[in-house]
Amino acid sequence: MKKKVVLTFPPKTVTKPITYHLVKDYNLVINIIYAKIEQGETGVLVAEIRGKKEEFNKAVEFLSKQGIRVQFLAQDIILDQERCMECGLCTGVCPTSALYLDSDWHIQFDKEKCILCENCIQTCPTRSIALRI
Amino acid sequence: MAQKTIAEINEKIKKGEAVVVTAEEMVEIVKNEGAKKAAQKVDVVTTGTFGPMCSSGAFLNFGHTNPPMKFFEVYLNEVVAYGGLAACDVYIGATQPSEDRGIEYGGAHVIEDLIAGKPIRLAAYNKWPTDCYPGTEIEAFITKDTINEAYLYNPRNAYQNYAAATNSSNRTLKTYMGILLPNFGNVTYSTAAQLSPLLKDPEYRTIGIGTRIFLGGTVGYIVWQGTQHNPTRKRDENGVPVGPAGTLALIGNLKEMSTRYIRAATYTGYGCSLFVGVGIPIPVLDEDVAHKAGLSDSELKTIILDYAVPSNSRPIIKEVTYAELRSGEVEINGKKVKTAPLTSYARSREIAEQLKSWIKEGRFNLTEPVAPLPKDSVFRPFTPYREGAE
Repeated sequence: MKKKVVLTFPPKTVTKPITYHLVKDYNLVINIIYAKIEQGETGVLVAEIRGKKEEFNKAVEFLSKQGIRVQFLAQDIILDQERCMECGLCTGVCPTSALYLDSDWHIQFDKEKCILCENCIQTCPTRSIALRI
Repeated sequence: MAQKTIAEINEKIKKGEAVVVTAEEMVEIVKNEGAKKAAQKVDVVTTGTFGPMCSSGAFLNFGHTNPPMKFFEVYLNEVVAYGGLAACDVYIGATQPSEDRGIEYGGAHVIEDLIAGKPIRLAAYNKWPTDCYPGTEIEAFITKDTINEAYLYNPRNAYQNYAAATNSSNRTLKTYMGILLPNFGNVTYSTAAQLSPLLKDPEYRTIGIGTRIFLGGTVGYIVWQGTQHNPTRKRDENGVPVGPAGTLALIGNLKEMSTRYIRAATYTGYGCSLFVGVGIPIPVLDEDVAHKAGLSDSELKTIILDYAVPSNSRPIIKEVTYAELRSGEVEINGKKVKTAPLTSYARSREIAEQLKSWIKEGRFNLTEPVAPLPKDSVFRPFTPYREGAE
């Protein structure tokens, strides 16, 4: 199975080699999409995780025990192209540059990079961005 | 120095011989061939901008009810409009929030819905019935086609070089410059930069009162200098003010406008605003006009203000060029900070192109200003009257 997850690390766990354990102990293949982990701060890691279902579930259990919040990205951010007037204000609050202006100044959205932080939703002046479950 | 007159340029437009380029194209021409050659070659430079302009609104006349009524207290889709005018004239301002949905739907949205041809619920009341106007209450739906006049009259648009914004504090700020992330988390800027009308005629040599323009997808006019017009701000070697300076008051027929070029906006935690599409043609009269219309983003500068300080004179963080701002990041205190525009550059470019094709097709000719914009007025902060003081 393959799932996109957001892991939120409380400050005390950011120094632990969590991904090492996921790979070594649970045979998971981890493709990191975005990571922001600094000592003493809440860390965020967005990754696509592949592995056997049983081991995957055990890994989630392990993470929860460490106090790490696990969220599955079953939702999507959607951009209403008709409503959007391509101002680009959303690009300044998008931490992973999933939303960006291309060389012609048109807005582009790279869904793969989106970590569902939802900053763009409240930023968009025409309310053209929404969360679809 | 080659000199052209507006009359000569109009003659060329009539014959379909005018050379019309956008301000972006002019940047390239001046860079490659110099201002002197550009002045000989190019007749008109078209500018464009599509950004939020809070000081906007519309005058509407609904026609007289029977019995006639003075519209004193007026709501359009639950948004308060001002009725302190003759019987059924009202003014709806872009930033007025609605009574029911707050800032998610306001005056700007009413204006956009009117342009879109949607029915709008009108509710008006009169607490002072008179012999002239005995009516006391009307509740009905209207559209732009059922009413008499509907025209945009925007007291302050097309700011000449608005300042960019950032946030030095440790909390997120919700502003009309968008969400400003803590600790210099981002920088936002509100201009079409090298496409922006008043940046390309910085000393108002050709743009003045009476100038015919593109407004919201149709023809409009400059009626006056805008409120807070501040032409005496410090200028650089090209005569371009570094920071917010001149402004324009604009007028145009709402009924002919398009929602592609007039759009309602809501800035979370701040309020409503209206995106206004403005395009102004610049007749290339001589080398000086050509040089200035050809200034590029790397030659145009603005200031970044710190919105963490809630004052009418916010501290300047630094001066930057639009090339830096538009690159996607600027440096503040040695750290790279992401930048984002409020103005749609893609649609600003589209407006300049649209105006260019109107002129090329001979559908739009240029106007001599009826009067110049003031160049010496002073912009002052709120100053209460004190007897005996200057």
